[in-house]
Amino acid sequence: MTDYIPVVIEVLSNPLNLLLLVASLIAGIIVGALPGLTVTMALALLLPFTFSLPADTSLIAMGGLYIGGMFGGCISAILINTPGTPSAIATTFDGYPMARSGKPHHAIVTAVLASGIGGIIGALALLFLTPLLSSLSLAFGPPEYFWVAMLGLSMIATLSSGSMLKGLIGGCLGLLLGTIGIAPIGGESRFTFGLAPLVAGLELTVVLIAFFCIPEVLRIVENRITGERIAYRKEKGVVAQMWNRLIRRPFLLLRSSVIGVIVGIIPGAGGNVASIISYDAAVKFSKDKKAFGKGSYEGVAASESANNAEVGGSLVPLLSLGIPGAPPAAIMMGALMIHGITPGPGLFTSQAGLVYTFLWAFLLANVLLIVLGLYLSGPIGRIINIRMDVLIPVIIFLSTIGAFAIRNNFTDVVMMVIIGLAAYLLSRLGFHPAPIVLGLILGPIAEVGLTQSILIGQAKDHVFAFFFTRPVSVVLMVLCALSIAVPLADKWLRSRRGSGQRQGKEEAE
Amino acid sequence: MRKMKLAAIMLLAVLLTGLAGCSAGSGPAAEGKEGDTKGYPKHPITYSIPFDPGGQSDLEARRQQPHLERILGTSIVITYKIGGGGAVGWTELAGKKPDGYFMAGINVPHIILQPLLQRDAGYKTEQLEPVAIFQSTPVGLAVRKDSSIQSLEDLIRMAKDKPGALTAAGVGTYTGHHMTHLLFEEKLEAAIQYIPFTGAAAAMQSFLGGNTDLLWGNSNDLVSYKDEFRLIAIGSAERFTALPDTPTFIEQGVDLIAGIDRGVAVPQGTPEKVVQELEKAFLKIAADPEVIRQMTAEGFEPKAMGAAESKAYIKQLKAEYEPLVAELRP
Repeated sequence: MTDYIPVVIEVLSNPLNLLLLVASLIAGIIVGALPGLTVTMALALLLPFTFSLPADTSLIAMGGLYIGGMFGGCISAILINTPGTPSAIATTFDGYPMARSGKPHHAIVTAVLASGIGGIIGALALLFLTPLLSSLSLAFGPPEYFWVAMLGLSMIATLSSGSMLKGLIGGCLGLLLGTIGIAPIGGESRFTFGLAPLVAGLELTVVLIAFFCIPEVLRIVENRITGERIAYRKEKGVVAQMWNRLIRRPFLLLRSSVIGVIVGIIPGAGGNVASIISYDAAVKFSKDKKAFGKGSYEGVAASESANNAEVGGSLVPLLSLGIPGAPPAAIMMGALMIHGITPGPGLFTSQAGLVYTFLWAFLLANVLLIVLGLYLSGPIGRIINIRMDVLIPVIIFLSTIGAFAIRNNFTDVVMMVIIGLAAYLLSRLGFHPAPIVLGLILGPIAEVGLTQSILIGQAKDHVFAFFFTRPVSVVLMVLCALSIAVPLADKWLRSRRGSGQRQGKEEAE
Repeated sequence: MRKMKLAAIMLLAVLLTGLAGCSAGSGPAAEGKEGDTKGYPKHPITYSIPFDPGGQSDLEARRQQPHLERILGTSIVITYKIGGGGAVGWTELAGKKPDGYFMAGINVPHIILQPLLQRDAGYKTEQLEPVAIFQSTPVGLAVRKDSSIQSLEDLIRMAKDKPGALTAAGVGTYTGHHMTHLLFEEKLEAAIQYIPFTGAAAAMQSFLGGNTDLLWGNSNDLVSYKDEFRLIAIGSAERFTALPDTPTFIEQGVDLIAGIDRGVAVPQGTPEKVVQELEKAFLKIAADPEVIRQMTAEGFEPKAMGAAESKAYIKQLKAEYEPLVAELRP
């Protein structure tokens, strides 16, 4: 059991491996920060180089890229309200308001610490709990996917700041947008209007840029704050300050990381779902719900620790079952296959040295991420000091390239502009983008789960039993019910208490 | 203050260079004079993959890339055009200039079925000129180890006893797996419920978790799991090298050959000489003993079909699928 330790130490003390790990982390952070460039794409570019590298070195480099990319997404989310990767969606909710109130450094330091800690918890889960977690991964069948999506959709209540009605309308709009293209089950094309480019559906990254970035840019232009800049003042002790705040909230980080790991082990549900569910949980458990959406560091921490913990989770089904939990994991599987290693049952025994080397490197990468991230957080925060009339064209330039690069498709650029203008109008009407994007992400997951469950249920002559009696389904249903009921009950209690206090005051007078 | 601004601008510049570096590979191939096939290839050739990076089509292209570069004496730029189960990439291929500087990976039967079944597929099968088919993946049928189904015979009996009660997981609708399933049902004269999944990983996970009774799987996936499953039958014409203990459908009296073939195509109208040049390169790689060894070990069947042979094969399959599809068309 422990005879792999000398191998691990030997590989990890090789300076070339360490250098590659740091380089791939930095490359990952850059790729992650640029909307439209995905970790998956970067890993695919790295793949040919791994042919000539030893298996352990290539895995170390790929792991570093994956972890760096997952973190990098938060940079653009915080600075320009555009998630660099879909996994950083929930980071925009509080990260951008934090930056706008002159605290970009605080936001980035929070994200670094939360990402690192989340990543370390994810790595520990991967190291010690893989056999246990892999059986949980198999417990997720079609009905469970449906209920996970429902749980996510129930969060519209939390995410629609202001009007619940507008939140629900936005959610429905997102669900509709998610149906564009070839139906995942059934194969008919829907809402394509005979246009071949729409057959593939809307690309999430393009929609994210359109909904989060374009309206914000237009709003800044509209407000004619062209010459204005958000004052970023260098402050001393930001790291210590945020660290002290975060360690006083151990449950926040632990809960978010556990959510991240669990979502990660469910193949098909990625970091975006993890960050949203974790954000929602943070709001529900917080005493000061009003602070969220206005620049709460807790919101940033919840989102970032969950999406980095998800990385570790997504590798559980890959290493134990040979099922990649996320697209980047699929590429790592390809790299393993090229070296003649087949991931799956037995990998932990047949390739113990390699697997444990990778896992320890993975843990080390998260520690290095904290060091690197903290070092870079100051200079990155300063980007916000660039004059708006310089920054805005750069943002538009990057968004356009990002929208094109994601699928090498010019139609996506056109879609970004059209959807972006529509998103601007919607935001003027008071629609928050979060519920719309949530509908778009979760709609297809829910649809596939529902249709498959009905097909299987019908074949077994008990559709309802199939939906409502499976243990994991029941747990998820209870969570759904709580997720909807808790905010309502809370509101009701508060209004009662509020009126009670008012009565008390009146009596005293 | 100035210093800080400088630092920020420099950081942005670094980010931008990174971006340029990453996207440099995706630029379209430069213009080439039509009809001028002498000295082909004069500049880099784009090899477009219509599926996700890291998928089997990508891995195969990456394996070929260094060989192609050596044989053709120019660089090969791999790009991705993802979506619609390949339809987006093949639509792009059909619309490209037929000068031999743009080719794309093709999957059979996908390129036959999509234009037949989707009115807005965006391309026609004939618009893609096959250069070579270099790999085949037979499709097999598996049950879990704990299943009461021991053989194809058991399966047929159960399917006839309770029509529609057995479920089989496969990838997608109107795809290779779906068509194989429909052909299987037709030959058996029995009903089995087909459950489409969005990818091989999703189908595998759901099957391992006990949600479906059967799994349609590609040979390479089945090879990785041969200890976990009981393989009932495989869709190859003869016993498959990597799975010598698994009987074929034909051996067990069901006349079914099913698989997914991978190859490469150029736009229709590409000069014959150019096609020949590319064909020669791909066939040379297909004959490389190391490539053959790797492919076989991974659970694939290496193939070496040239342009004419591939074209005839696709034509023949199309004739087979047309009547089946006529019943399905929405």
